[in-house]
Amino acid sequence: MSREREKGMSIIVKTITRLTVGLILLYGIYILSHGHVTPGGGFAGGIIIALSFVHLMLAYGKDVALAKLPKGVTSFLEGTAAIAFLSIALLGFMTGYFFLNFLSKGEEFRLFSAGIIPLCNIVISIKVGAGLFAIFAALVLLKFEPEKKEKRK
Amino acid sequence: MLELYILLVFMIIGAIIAIEVNDLLSSVVAVGAVGLGLSIVFLILKAPDVAITQLVVEILALIILIRATLRKDLPFSTSGRWLLNTLITICFIAVALLVAGKCFNDLPEFGYPIMRVASTYLKEGLAKTGATNLVAAVILDYRAFDTLGEATVLFTAVIGVLAVVRKVGRKKIGEKVREEDE
Amino acid sequence: MAVYLLCFTLFLLGIYCILRKRNIIKIIIGVIISEYAVNLFFILTAYRAEGRAPIYSKSAIIENMVDALPQAVVLTSIVIGLATTALLVGIAMRIYEKYGTFDITKIRDLRG
Repeated sequence: MSREREKGMSIIVKTITRLTVGLILLYGIYILSHGHVTPGGGFAGGIIIALSFVHLMLAYGKDVALAKLPKGVTSFLEGTAAIAFLSIALLGFMTGYFFLNFLSKGEEFRLFSAGIIPLCNIVISIKVGAGLFAIFAALVLLKFEPEKKEKRK
Repeated sequence: MLELYILLVFMIIGAIIAIEVNDLLSSVVAVGAVGLGLSIVFLILKAPDVAITQLVVEILALIILIRATLRKDLPFSTSGRWLLNTLITICFIAVALLVAGKCFNDLPEFGYPIMRVASTYLKEGLAKTGATNLVAAVILDYRAFDTLGEATVLFTAVIGVLAVVRKVGRKKIGEKVREEDE
Repeated sequence: MAVYLLCFTLFLLGIYCILRKRNIIKIIIGVIISEYAVNLFFILTAYRAEGRAPIYSKSAIIENMVDALPQAVVLTSIVIGLATTALLVGIAMRIYEKYGTFDITKIRDLRG
Protein backbone atom coordinates (compact mmCIF):
# COMPACT_ATOMS: atom_id res chain seq x y z
CA MET A 1 0.00 0.00 0.00
CA SER A 2 2.97 2.33 0.22
CA ARG A 3 4.82 1.83 -3.03
CA GLU A 4 4.87 4.45 -5.73
CA ARG A 5 2.44 4.12 -8.60
CA GLU A 6 1.07 6.40 -11.26
CA LYS A 7 -2.12 8.18 -10.41
CA GLY A 8 -5.28 6.10 -10.43
CA MET A 9 -6.05 2.75 -11.93
CA SER A 10 -5.95 1.36 -15.46
CA ILE A 11 -7.77 2.89 -18.38
CA ILE A 12 -10.63 0.37 -18.35
CA VAL A 13 -11.54 1.30 -14.79
CA LYS A 14 -11.32 4.99 -15.59
CA THR A 15 -13.66 4.72 -18.58
CA ILE A 16 -16.29 2.73 -16.67
CA THR A 17 -16.05 5.17 -13.77
CA ARG A 18 -16.71 8.10 -16.06
CA LEU A 19 -19.90 6.41 -17.26
CA THR A 20 -21.31 5.23 -13.94
CA VAL A 21 -20.45 7.83 -11.31
CA GLY A 22 -23.25 10.16 -12.37
CA LEU A 23 -25.75 7.30 -12.36
CA ILE A 24 -24.77 6.26 -8.84
CA LEU A 25 -25.25 9.84 -7.61
CA LEU A 26 -28.66 10.02 -9.31
CA TYR A 27 -29.72 6.69 -7.79
CA GLY A 28 -28.76 7.94 -4.33
CA ILE A 29 -30.85 11.09 -4.78
CA TYR A 30 -33.81 8.96 -5.95
CA ILE A 31 -33.70 6.64 -2.92
CA LEU A 32 -33.39 9.61 -0.60
CA SER A 33 -36.20 11.73 -2.01
CA HIS A 34 -38.74 8.88 -2.13
CA GLY A 35 -37.92 7.86 1.43
CA HIS A 36 -41.46 8.24 2.71
CA VAL A 37 -43.11 6.26 -0.10
CA THR A 38 -40.78 3.35 -0.91
CA PRO A 39 -38.13 1.65 1.20
CA GLY A 40 -34.86 3.49 1.65
CA GLY A 41 -34.78 6.76 3.48
CA GLY A 42 -32.17 9.28 4.49
CA PHE A 43 -29.40 6.98 5.74
CA ALA A 44 -29.23 4.64 2.78
CA GLY A 45 -29.44 7.53 0.30
CA GLY A 46 -26.69 9.49 2.03
CA ILE A 47 -24.36 6.50 2.09
CA ILE A 48 -24.93 5.88 -1.64
CA ILE A 49 -24.04 9.51 -2.39
CA ALA A 50 -20.84 9.13 -0.34
CA LEU A 51 -20.07 5.90 -2.22
CA SER A 52 -20.15 7.73 -5.55
CA PHE A 53 -17.44 10.14 -4.40
CA VAL A 54 -15.42 7.24 -2.94
CA HIS A 55 -15.65 5.51 -6.33
CA LEU A 56 -14.25 8.63 -7.98
CA MET A 57 -11.37 8.78 -5.52
CA LEU A 58 -10.51 5.10 -5.91
CA ALA A 59 -10.38 5.21 -9.70
CA TYR A 60 -8.71 8.54 -10.35
CA GLY A 61 -6.49 9.22 -7.34
CA LYS A 62 -7.01 11.68 -4.59
CA ASP A 63 -6.28 14.91 -6.49
CA VAL A 64 -9.21 14.69 -8.87
CA ALA A 65 -11.69 13.73 -6.15
CA LEU A 66 -10.52 16.39 -3.72
CA ALA A 67 -10.79 18.99 -6.50
CA LYS A 68 -14.48 18.14 -6.84
CA LEU A 69 -15.21 18.17 -3.11
CA PRO A 70 -12.52 19.97 -1.12
CA LYS A 71 -11.98 19.31 2.54
CA GLY A 72 -13.28 22.71 3.69
CA VAL A 73 -16.53 22.26 1.80
CA THR A 74 -17.06 18.79 3.28
CA SER A 75 -16.69 19.91 6.86
CA PHE A 76 -18.86 22.97 6.25
CA LEU A 77 -21.63 20.82 4.75
CA GLU A 78 -21.57 18.38 7.61
CA GLY A 79 -21.79 21.02 10.33
CA THR A 80 -24.50 22.97 8.53
CA ALA A 81 -26.65 19.90 7.99
CA ALA A 82 -26.44 18.95 11.68
CA ILE A 83 -27.51 22.46 12.73
CA ALA A 84 -30.33 22.40 10.17
CA PHE A 85 -31.66 19.12 11.56
CA LEU A 86 -31.68 20.55 15.06
CA SER A 87 -33.43 23.73 13.94
CA ILE A 88 -36.16 21.76 12.16
CA ALA A 89 -36.73 20.00 15.47
CA LEU A 90 -36.77 23.25 17.42
CA LEU A 91 -39.31 24.78 15.03
CA GLY A 92 -41.81 22.36 16.45
CA PHE A 93 -41.85 24.52 19.55
CA MET A 94 -43.84 27.10 17.60
CA THR A 95 -47.04 25.09 17.72
CA GLY A 96 -46.61 22.39 20.31
CA TYR A 97 -43.71 20.30 21.46
CA PHE A 98 -40.23 19.27 20.31
CA PHE A 99 -40.19 17.52 16.91
CA LEU A 100 -43.84 18.20 16.18
CA ASN A 101 -44.82 17.36 12.62
CA PHE A 102 -46.25 20.75 11.80
CA LEU A 103 -46.41 20.93 8.00
CA SER A 104 -49.49 19.74 6.17
CA LYS A 105 -49.97 16.04 5.65
CA GLY A 106 -51.06 16.09 2.01
CA GLU A 107 -52.45 13.11 0.18
CA GLU A 108 -51.02 9.66 0.35
CA PHE A 109 -48.52 8.29 -2.19
CA ARG A 110 -47.56 11.75 -3.45
CA LEU A 111 -44.05 13.11 -3.30
CA PHE A 112 -44.97 16.22 -1.31
CA SER A 113 -46.75 14.66 1.62
CA ALA A 114 -46.07 13.59 5.18
CA GLY A 115 -45.11 16.88 6.79
CA ILE A 116 -41.47 17.34 7.77
CA ILE A 117 -40.36 13.81 6.88
CA PRO A 118 -38.95 14.62 3.38
CA LEU A 119 -37.08 17.66 4.74
CA CYS A 120 -35.54 15.60 7.50
CA ASN A 121 -34.50 12.94 4.97
CA ILE A 122 -32.65 15.47 2.81
CA VAL A 123 -30.82 17.07 5.73
CA ILE A 124 -29.80 13.75 7.28
CA SER A 125 -28.49 12.42 3.98
CA ILE A 126 -26.22 15.43 3.49
CA LYS A 127 -24.84 14.97 6.97
CA VAL A 128 -24.23 11.24 6.69
CA GLY A 129 -22.73 11.50 3.19
CA ALA A 130 -20.31 14.30 4.03
CA GLY A 131 -19.26 12.66 7.30
CA LEU A 132 -18.50 9.28 5.76
CA PHE A 133 -16.58 10.82 2.88
CA ALA A 134 -14.51 12.76 5.41
CA ILE A 135 -13.73 9.54 7.32
CA PHE A 136 -12.67 7.77 4.15
CA ALA A 137 -10.49 10.66 2.96
CA ALA A 138 -8.73 10.87 6.33
CA LEU A 139 -8.03 7.13 6.47
CA VAL A 140 -6.76 6.92 2.88
CA LEU A 141 -4.48 9.93 3.07
CA LEU A 142 -2.73 8.71 6.20
CA LYS A 143 0.79 7.60 5.38
CA PHE A 144 0.99 4.04 6.49
CA GLU A 145 4.57 3.15 7.34
CA PRO A 146 5.98 2.15 10.69
CA GLU A 147 8.38 4.63 12.15
CA LYS A 148 11.43 3.62 14.11
CA LYS A 149 11.04 3.73 17.84
CA GLU A 150 12.78 6.82 19.12
CA LYS A 151 13.74 7.95 22.53
CA ARG A 152 11.75 10.97 23.57
CA LYS A 153 13.77 13.89 24.70
CA MET B 1 -38.75 -21.37 6.04
CA LEU B 2 -36.23 -23.75 4.60
CA GLU B 3 -34.28 -21.01 2.80
CA LEU B 4 -33.88 -19.16 6.09
CA TYR B 5 -32.11 -22.15 7.66
CA ILE B 6 -29.92 -22.72 4.62
CA LEU B 7 -28.78 -19.10 4.61
CA LEU B 8 -28.08 -19.14 8.35
CA VAL B 9 -25.89 -22.23 7.97
CA PHE B 10 -24.08 -20.52 5.07
CA MET B 11 -23.42 -17.49 7.26
CA ILE B 12 -22.03 -19.64 10.07
CA ILE B 13 -19.70 -21.46 7.67
CA GLY B 14 -18.56 -18.11 6.25
CA ALA B 15 -17.85 -16.81 9.75
CA ILE B 16 -15.77 -19.91 10.59
CA ILE B 17 -13.75 -19.38 7.40
CA ALA B 18 -13.24 -15.70 8.24
CA ILE B 19 -11.94 -16.56 11.70
CA GLU B 20 -9.60 -19.42 10.87
CA VAL B 21 -7.91 -18.52 7.59
CA ASN B 22 -4.38 -17.12 7.73
CA ASP B 23 -4.47 -14.62 4.88
CA LEU B 24 -6.00 -11.35 6.05
CA LEU B 25 -7.37 -10.37 2.64
CA SER B 26 -9.28 -13.67 2.37
CA SER B 27 -10.84 -13.23 5.78
CA VAL B 28 -12.05 -9.74 4.85
CA VAL B 29 -13.67 -11.22 1.73
CA ALA B 30 -15.34 -13.90 3.87
CA VAL B 31 -16.77 -11.22 6.17
CA GLY B 32 -18.18 -9.58 3.05
CA ALA B 33 -19.89 -12.85 2.12
CA VAL B 34 -21.43 -13.07 5.61
CA GLY B 35 -22.78 -9.53 5.25
CA LEU B 36 -24.32 -10.22 1.86
CA GLY B 37 -25.99 -13.35 3.20
CA LEU B 38 -27.36 -11.27 6.05
CA SER B 39 -28.86 -8.79 3.58
CA ILE B 40 -30.71 -11.61 1.80
CA VAL B 41 -31.96 -12.94 5.16
CA PHE B 42 -33.38 -9.49 5.93
CA LEU B 43 -35.28 -9.62 2.63
CA ILE B 44 -36.71 -13.05 3.45
CA LEU B 45 -37.87 -11.71 6.82
CA LYS B 46 -39.81 -8.94 4.99
CA ALA B 47 -37.66 -5.94 5.98
CA PRO B 48 -36.62 -4.12 2.76
CA ASP B 49 -35.50 -0.85 4.41
CA VAL B 50 -33.04 -2.68 6.62
CA ALA B 51 -31.76 -4.82 3.72
CA ILE B 52 -30.85 -1.78 1.59
CA THR B 53 -29.06 -0.08 4.48
CA GLN B 54 -27.16 -3.24 5.48
CA LEU B 55 -25.93 -3.77 1.90
CA VAL B 56 -24.46 -0.30 1.39
CA VAL B 57 -23.04 -0.06 4.92
CA GLU B 58 -21.27 -3.37 4.52
CA ILE B 59 -19.69 -2.29 1.24
CA LEU B 60 -18.30 0.84 2.88
CA ALA B 61 -17.01 -1.13 5.88
CA LEU B 62 -15.18 -3.52 3.54
CA ILE B 63 -13.49 -0.65 1.72
CA ILE B 64 -12.31 0.89 4.99
CA LEU B 65 -11.13 -2.48 6.35
CA ILE B 66 -9.10 -3.40 3.28
CA ARG B 67 -7.11 -0.21 3.70
CA ALA B 68 -5.60 -1.56 6.91
CA THR B 69 -4.79 -5.16 6.04
CA LEU B 70 -1.37 -6.58 5.42
CA ARG B 71 -0.78 -9.91 3.76
CA LYS B 72 -0.15 -12.41 6.50
CA ASP B 73 -1.76 -13.26 9.76
CA LEU B 74 0.21 -14.17 12.87
CA PRO B 75 0.48 -17.82 13.95
CA PHE B 76 -1.54 -19.23 16.79
CA SER B 77 0.34 -18.53 19.96
CA THR B 78 1.61 -21.77 21.49
CA SER B 79 3.54 -20.10 24.27
CA GLY B 80 2.51 -19.81 27.85
CA ARG B 81 -0.76 -21.32 28.96
CA TRP B 82 -2.46 -21.78 25.61
CA LEU B 83 -4.10 -25.09 26.51
CA LEU B 84 -5.67 -23.69 29.63
CA ASN B 85 -6.90 -20.60 27.78
CA THR B 86 -8.46 -22.61 24.99
CA LEU B 87 -10.20 -24.96 27.43
CA ILE B 88 -11.57 -22.06 29.44
CA THR B 89 -12.93 -20.42 26.28
CA ILE B 90 -14.61 -23.63 25.11
CA CYS B 91 -16.17 -24.19 28.53
CA PHE B 92 -17.47 -20.63 28.53
CA ILE B 93 -19.04 -21.10 25.10
CA ALA B 94 -20.65 -24.41 26.10
CA VAL B 95 -22.15 -22.95 29.29
CA ALA B 96 -23.46 -19.95 27.33
CA LEU B 97 -25.17 -22.23 24.83
CA LEU B 98 -26.82 -24.30 27.58
CA VAL B 99 -28.14 -21.24 29.42
CA ALA B 100 -29.39 -19.75 26.15
CA GLY B 101 -31.18 -22.98 25.32
CA LYS B 102 -33.14 -22.69 28.54
CA CYS B 103 -33.80 -18.95 28.27
CA PHE B 104 -35.03 -18.98 24.69
CA ASN B 105 -38.03 -21.03 25.78
CA ASP B 106 -39.43 -17.87 27.36
CA LEU B 107 -39.45 -15.89 24.14
CA PRO B 108 -42.71 -15.89 22.15
CA GLU B 109 -42.74 -18.44 19.40
CA PHE B 110 -40.98 -17.51 16.17
CA GLY B 111 -43.59 -15.89 13.94
CA TYR B 112 -46.10 -14.73 16.54
CA PRO B 113 -44.78 -11.58 18.22
CA ILE B 114 -46.56 -9.67 20.94
CA MET B 115 -47.00 -6.27 19.31
CA ARG B 116 -48.31 -4.11 22.07
CA VAL B 117 -46.90 -0.75 20.97
CA ALA B 118 -46.37 -1.52 17.31
CA SER B 119 -50.02 -2.39 16.67
CA THR B 120 -50.93 1.22 17.45
CA TYR B 121 -48.24 2.41 15.02
CA LEU B 122 -49.47 0.09 12.30
CA LYS B 123 -53.14 1.00 12.69
CA GLU B 124 -52.87 4.77 12.94
CA GLY B 125 -49.56 5.44 11.18
CA LEU B 126 -50.97 6.44 7.82
CA ALA B 127 -53.70 8.66 9.21
CA LYS B 128 -51.55 10.53 11.67
CA THR B 129 -48.36 11.10 9.70
CA GLY B 130 -49.37 10.81 6.06
CA ALA B 131 -46.37 8.65 5.10
CA THR B 132 -46.97 5.34 3.37
CA ASN B 133 -43.62 3.89 4.45
CA LEU B 134 -44.32 3.05 8.08
CA VAL B 135 -40.69 2.45 9.04
CA ALA B 136 -39.80 5.99 7.90
CA ALA B 137 -42.77 7.28 9.88
CA VAL B 138 -41.51 5.53 13.01
CA ILE B 139 -37.94 6.77 12.53
CA LEU B 140 -38.72 10.39 11.78
CA ASP B 141 -41.99 11.07 13.51
CA TYR B 142 -42.76 8.74 16.40
CA ARG B 143 -39.14 8.13 17.45
CA ALA B 144 -37.36 11.16 16.05
CA PHE B 145 -35.33 11.68 19.21
CA ASP B 146 -33.42 8.45 18.58
CA THR B 147 -32.53 9.72 15.12
CA LEU B 148 -31.13 12.86 16.69
CA GLY B 149 -29.00 10.67 18.98
CA GLU B 150 -27.72 8.68 16.04
CA ALA B 151 -26.74 11.83 14.13
CA THR B 152 -24.78 12.91 17.22
CA VAL B 153 -22.98 9.55 17.42
CA LEU B 154 -21.96 9.76 13.76
CA PHE B 155 -20.68 13.29 14.25
CA THR B 156 -18.62 12.19 17.25
CA ALA B 157 -17.15 9.28 15.27
CA VAL B 158 -16.06 11.62 12.45
CA ILE B 159 -14.42 13.96 14.96
CA GLY B 160 -12.73 10.98 16.63
CA VAL B 161 -11.24 9.60 13.41
CA LEU B 162 -9.97 13.00 12.34
CA ALA B 163 -8.40 13.53 15.77
CA VAL B 164 -6.64 10.16 15.80
CA VAL B 165 -5.22 10.42 12.31
CA ARG B 166 -3.94 13.96 11.97
CA LYS B 167 -0.30 14.88 12.03
CA VAL B 168 -0.38 18.38 13.49
CA GLY B 169 1.13 18.32 16.94
CA ARG B 170 3.30 15.33 16.28
CA LYS B 171 6.04 16.99 14.32
CA LYS B 172 9.59 16.87 15.52
CA ILE B 173 11.83 19.85 16.01
CA GLY B 174 12.71 21.49 12.74
CA GLU B 175 10.35 19.44 10.57
CA LYS B 176 7.70 21.18 8.55
CA VAL B 177 4.23 19.75 8.27
CA ARG B 178 2.91 19.74 4.72
CA GLU B 179 -0.59 20.92 4.00
CA GLU B 180 -1.89 17.55 2.85
CA ASP B 181 -1.04 15.73 6.06
CA GLU B 182 -3.53 17.46 8.29
CA MET C 1 -36.42 -21.86 18.61
CA ALA C 2 -33.76 -23.43 16.43
CA VAL C 3 -33.46 -20.15 14.53
CA TYR C 4 -32.63 -18.27 17.72
CA LEU C 5 -29.97 -20.83 18.61
CA LEU C 6 -28.31 -20.51 15.19
CA CYS C 7 -28.22 -16.74 15.57
CA PHE C 8 -26.69 -17.10 19.03
CA THR C 9 -24.06 -19.45 17.61
CA LEU C 10 -23.01 -16.71 15.18
CA PHE C 11 -22.68 -14.31 18.11
CA LEU C 12 -20.56 -16.78 20.08
CA LEU C 13 -18.26 -17.26 17.07
CA GLY C 14 -17.63 -13.53 17.10
CA ILE C 15 -16.89 -13.60 20.84
CA TYR C 16 -14.44 -16.49 20.37
CA CYS C 17 -12.62 -14.50 17.72
CA ILE C 18 -12.33 -11.47 20.02
CA LEU C 19 -10.99 -13.56 22.89
CA ARG C 20 -8.48 -15.86 21.27
CA LYS C 21 -6.79 -14.09 18.37
CA ARG C 22 -3.50 -12.24 18.43
CA ASN C 23 -3.92 -9.97 15.44
CA ILE C 24 -5.79 -6.70 15.84
CA ILE C 25 -7.48 -7.02 12.44
CA LYS C 26 -8.88 -10.42 13.45
CA ILE C 27 -10.28 -8.84 16.61
CA ILE C 28 -12.00 -6.15 14.52
CA ILE C 29 -13.49 -8.90 12.31
CA GLY C 30 -14.84 -10.55 15.47
CA VAL C 31 -16.53 -7.31 16.53
CA ILE C 32 -18.15 -6.97 13.09
CA ILE C 33 -19.52 -10.55 13.18
CA SER C 34 -20.97 -10.02 16.67
CA GLU C 35 -22.75 -6.86 15.50
CA TYR C 36 -24.27 -8.73 12.55
CA ALA C 37 -25.62 -11.38 14.92
CA VAL C 38 -27.24 -8.87 17.27
CA ASN C 39 -29.02 -7.05 14.43
CA LEU C 40 -30.25 -10.37 13.06
CA PHE C 41 -31.69 -11.28 16.46
CA PHE C 42 -33.80 -8.11 16.56
CA ILE C 43 -35.30 -8.71 13.14
CA LEU C 44 -35.98 -12.36 13.99
CA THR C 45 -38.18 -11.36 16.92
CA ALA C 46 -40.15 -9.02 14.67
CA TYR C 47 -41.25 -11.56 12.08
CA ARG C 48 -44.89 -12.49 11.80
CA ALA C 49 -45.98 -15.68 10.08
CA GLU C 50 -47.64 -14.92 6.70
CA GLY C 51 -46.78 -11.26 7.20
CA ARG C 52 -45.98 -8.56 4.66
CA ALA C 53 -43.55 -5.67 4.60
CA PRO C 54 -44.79 -2.56 6.47
CA ILE C 55 -45.30 -0.42 3.35
CA TYR C 56 -48.67 0.46 1.89
CA SER C 57 -49.32 -0.04 -1.79
CA LYS C 58 -51.88 1.46 -4.08
CA SER C 59 -53.35 -1.66 -5.55
CA ALA C 60 -53.75 -4.04 -2.63
CA ILE C 61 -55.25 -3.92 0.83
CA ILE C 62 -52.71 -5.19 3.33
CA GLU C 63 -54.06 -6.80 6.46
CA ASN C 64 -51.16 -8.21 8.41
CA MET C 65 -47.83 -6.43 8.52
CA VAL C 66 -44.68 -7.49 10.31
CA ASP C 67 -43.57 -5.53 13.34
CA ALA C 68 -42.22 -2.11 12.31
CA LEU C 69 -40.66 -0.98 15.58
CA PRO C 70 -37.56 -3.25 15.73
CA GLN C 71 -36.81 -2.46 12.09
CA ALA C 72 -36.53 1.24 12.93
CA VAL C 73 -34.22 0.42 15.85
CA VAL C 74 -31.98 -1.85 13.75
CA LEU C 75 -31.65 0.82 11.04
CA THR C 76 -30.04 3.11 13.60
CA SER C 77 -27.85 0.32 14.95
CA ILE C 78 -26.38 -0.62 11.57
CA VAL C 79 -25.12 2.90 10.90
CA ILE C 80 -23.65 3.16 14.40
CA GLY C 81 -21.82 -0.13 13.76
CA LEU C 82 -20.19 1.43 10.73
CA ALA C 83 -18.98 4.40 12.79
CA THR C 84 -17.49 2.02 15.40
CA THR C 85 -15.66 0.02 12.72
CA ALA C 86 -14.17 3.15 11.18
CA LEU C 87 -12.87 4.36 14.54
CA LEU C 88 -11.35 0.93 15.34
CA VAL C 89 -9.55 0.81 12.00
CA GLY C 90 -8.17 4.31 12.54
CA ILE C 91 -6.77 3.37 15.94
CA ALA C 92 -5.30 0.13 14.54
CA MET C 93 -3.47 2.05 11.83
CA ARG C 94 -1.98 4.43 14.37
CA ILE C 95 -0.83 1.49 16.52
CA TYR C 96 0.93 -0.02 13.50
CA GLU C 97 2.58 3.27 12.76
CA LYS C 98 3.96 3.49 16.28
CA TYR C 99 4.93 -0.11 17.11
CA GLY C 100 5.55 -1.63 13.71
CA THR C 101 3.42 -4.70 14.35
CA PHE C 102 -0.20 -5.78 14.77
CA ASP C 103 0.59 -8.32 17.48
CA ILE C 104 -1.15 -7.54 20.73
CA THR C 105 1.36 -9.44 22.87
CA LYS C 106 4.07 -7.00 21.81
CA ILE C 107 2.21 -3.78 22.53
CA ARG C 108 3.23 -3.43 26.12
CA ASP C 109 4.60 0.08 26.48
CA LEU C 110 2.53 2.25 28.72
CA ARG C 111 4.98 5.06 28.34
CA GLY C 112 4.96 6.89 25.02
